[in-house]
Amino acid sequence: MGPSELTVELFVNGRMMSVRLDPAMTLAEVLRDHLGLTGTKIGCDRGACSACTVWLDGDVVASCMTLALDARSRNITTIEGLAHGETLHPVQQAFVDHDAMQCGFCTPGMVMSCAALVDRKPGCTLDDVKAAVSGHLCRCGAYPNIFKATLAAAGAARTRDTSRGDGR
Amino acid sequence: MSTAATEKNGKAPDAAPSKPEEAGAPAGQPATPNPGASRQQTLTYGIVGEPLEQVTRRVPLDEPPPLADNAALKVIGKPLPRLDAVQKVTGAARYTFDVKIPGMLYARRVTSAVAHARIVSIDTAEAEKYPGVRAVHVLDRLLLQAQVRDPNAEPASRYPTVRYLGQPLAAVAADTQRAADAAALLVKVTYEPLPHVTTLDGAMNDGSPADFPGPTEQPGTAGGGGAPPGLPQHGNVRGPDTGRMFGLPRGDVARGLADAAVVVEAEYRTQVQTHVPMETHGLVADWREDGLTIYASTQFTTSVRDEAAEMFDLPKSRVRVISDFTGGGFGAKYGIGNFGLLAINLSRKARAPVRLMLDRREEHVSVGNRPSSLQRLKIGAAADGRLTAIALEAYGSGGVAAGAGVGFAHAMMYPCPNVSAIQFDVFTNAGPCAAFRAPGQVQGIFALEQSLDEVAGRLGLDPIALRDIIDSSGSDDSRARRVQRRIGAEKSGWRTRRPPNADTGPIKRGLGMAQSHWLSVIYPPSSCEVRITGDGSVEAFSASQDIGTGTRTVLAQVVAEELGLEAGDIGAHIGDTRYPIGPPSGGSRVTGSLTPAARNAAYRAARDLAARLATALGVPQDDVVFEEGHAGVRGNAATWLPFKEAVKKAGITELSHRAERREDYDGYLMETPEFSVGKHGIGGVQFAEVLVDTETGAVKVQHIVAVHDCGRPINPMLTESQIYGGVIQGLSYALYEERHLDPTSGLQLNANIDQYKIVGAREVPVIDVHVIEQLTAQTSTDARGVAEPANVATAAAVANAFYNATGKRIRTLPLTPANVLDALRA
Repeated sequence: MGPSELTVELFVNGRMMSVRLDPAMTLAEVLRDHLGLTGTKIGCDRGACSACTVWLDGDVVASCMTLALDARSRNITTIEGLAHGETLHPVQQAFVDHDAMQCGFCTPGMVMSCAALVDRKPGCTLDDVKAAVSGHLCRCGAYPNIFKATLAAAGAARTRDTSRGDGR
Repeated sequence: MSTAATEKNGKAPDAAPSKPEEAGAPAGQPATPNPGASRQQTLTYGIVGEPLEQVTRRVPLDEPPPLADNAALKVIGKPLPRLDAVQKVTGAARYTFDVKIPGMLYARRVTSAVAHARIVSIDTAEAEKYPGVRAVHVLDRLLLQAQVRDPNAEPASRYPTVRYLGQPLAAVAADTQRAADAAALLVKVTYEPLPHVTTLDGAMNDGSPADFPGPTEQPGTAGGGGAPPGLPQHGNVRGPDTGRMFGLPRGDVARGLADAAVVVEAEYRTQVQTHVPMETHGLVADWREDGLTIYASTQFTTSVRDEAAEMFDLPKSRVRVISDFTGGGFGAKYGIGNFGLLAINLSRKARAPVRLMLDRREEHVSVGNRPSSLQRLKIGAAADGRLTAIALEAYGSGGVAAGAGVGFAHAMMYPCPNVSAIQFDVFTNAGPCAAFRAPGQVQGIFALEQSLDEVAGRLGLDPIALRDIIDSSGSDDSRARRVQRRIGAEKSGWRTRRPPNADTGPIKRGLGMAQSHWLSVIYPPSSCEVRITGDGSVEAFSASQDIGTGTRTVLAQVVAEELGLEAGDIGAHIGDTRYPIGPPSGGSRVTGSLTPAARNAAYRAARDLAARLATALGVPQDDVVFEEGHAGVRGNAATWLPFKEAVKKAGITELSHRAERREDYDGYLMETPEFSVGKHGIGGVQFAEVLVDTETGAVKVQHIVAVHDCGRPINPMLTESQIYGGVIQGLSYALYEERHLDPTSGLQLNANIDQYKIVGAREVPVIDVHVIEQLTAQTSTDARGVAEPANVATAAAVANAFYNATGKRIRTLPLTPANVLDALRA
């Protein structure tokens, strides 16, 4: 395959997208430059800041370190696909309510990692949150509110689970 | 004037103005602030929760009545989520990095591969032939760095001399980023190498290679930095700057030291820190026949417009700068930069928009840093603690740029009759410094507050008791600090603090404190337009921008309060030079500069609307009030209308008022062409609890208590965020961050995010923030900034805690294991 351009299909935020790309392109580049999904940021372009975090089949990955080709036949979720219509993901809402951001450039990546944590482990602890975002850099220093927001969203998720009688 | 609205609107009930008067300073007297019609106004002064006073100030006649304290207000002082938070959490917020316009090209810079050289030639032929390349531009001038005073000191050349590795030389624009990156590598540069020096100590030696062939100048910019003109320069050492701007030297230092009961003398060293904003520097330049549009990642839209206009000889009316969101800046994002010179030239040549965003290495190397410092500090104190002398000699390197001073704390923080502070810039072959969150003050206070801790120890005084004695000026600052010390002592458990080196095991715990100080910096032209449209829409406009502080939100809160609306009802439009001029997001300047202008404009709009409504209702206009989303006459329910209905009833199509940031009612301490400085500053007190592993040299900060003031906090949640950020950046500076240059080549070895270590989630301690509400009786909002002071005291507090833990002083930053073990062995 390659080095010339080829057409691939990517399943992004619930929609199949056809993209013509250079096989050396990263998923971050394709999302941003070809699909216009600029919520995914690139802060270091070498997997060190996690601003580019997206989900592949629900797992967090650094899209700047993932070839777009390797995302074929995977379920790609970006920050633009996290909310359900007008309803924010509980972690997004908690980030808003707790001011878990300043400049906001790292925020999409942070939200993707924290949302993955809360979805997977509503009983998460502060140490879990710190571990989940330990690869992310927030230069503004919003960490204390990121911790508060994520734990609040997790607490709300536990309450919902309990009230539905299917608490874990 | 209206007073009908006072109590229910939350305005102070004693705010009734007396009769207007005309200003006019007698000849030979300092100019009266705010010339023009005024009134004598009684205002509340002091710290909420402490005994308050009433003071009388001369207030411009057209300013609104004073605000009550925050508890009595509806929108101001409330911890509201930022208005653009949803955009930020959904990825909808558009940064310059995200701008994509039809036909846009991508650019990459060509940078120097050597640290010091004359350029023989730059051959762009191969790059121009590369598929997809649309334009190449070679720089013929440089911004951001010092300039040689005598233009004939160097042989004439069409290329600027290379003075650091990574200096921009040229750039390539192409259809894709990949093509631009590949083509940039094909530009061939032939160098005539010159000897270089990258270390402060090396550059200070008589025989050192000279960075510049003669004395240099570097004017200050809106972002700070620069150096006083005309100073002597010997080799790489420029100065001294004796601090005339801050009234230094003062008194007789030798006498003060001779009179002292104790003299503490020490040498401190601090490292070079880089800004590392998550969004790198860059812009999109769109040059068209009818004008230039720039999408900029900037802290000051106006500085981008003005510099572009100057460099490209365009009228300011033909340059428009747009900045929807800026991904951090911390002092370094002013003007167009060399990347802007390149991008604008490329756009002009290619006749297409050009995006030039730096990569992470370029960001570390070429667009700013906090200079290093070497500080020799002597402090003399009488037996009762009063300071008798402060003598500072400081050297610092901002690479190829001037501006490596260590601040003004020595002149301003504590009363002392005898002070001298002589400061030198030392040029090295390294990237240019730029303003960085409390420029100079972070380095200076690291040394000053440690030496004061030592003075306290030598005199057998508690460090807080010493500050209670010496922090006695009576200014807003000293009043705030006294309360802050008390609050911080309670919250940090200061009462249970143990003597130094109390732990017998290898891991030692300690508690320390340090004070912070910054100026109340104001951008006097700051203006705001408030517009009410016939359907009841309310909008506020300012060219100011948001770098993460919440500019839109505080703007909306102030306007909403005046009109009895919610913050979310206000369209807050910022980040466009077509709006009224606004303050730079630097120097802790936005809230203190913009909110008084916004409130003044909203007040004018409200009174205008009230007048029209009064006519429609047949009541006196002073009876019309705006509260809780409604307008009408107090006590007359029949007149009460939802705001939108009231606007329709008033029969307007559009109503617009613009107002300015008036001078502080008390006048200014200092006025420069770029900014004014209030007579009182801002600051705080921080307490740090640390653990030191004396076997490995590892330091862990467990707990920080940060008690701060910012006049009237407009949004306590956003204020708290700023303080978290300041503390975390201060910790990161204290513990980890350091730019490493290879002395042989001048190459930065850690120009990335993995090897340039920054505090991350796992290193963030418990941080308790407390903000006092200080009513300063200076403007229509009494708001001041908070960003810099939050960052100033942290390293000093950590170092003082280190002493309390170990009984040893650490005078070298950062507190890496190597530096810690050195300090423990001393």
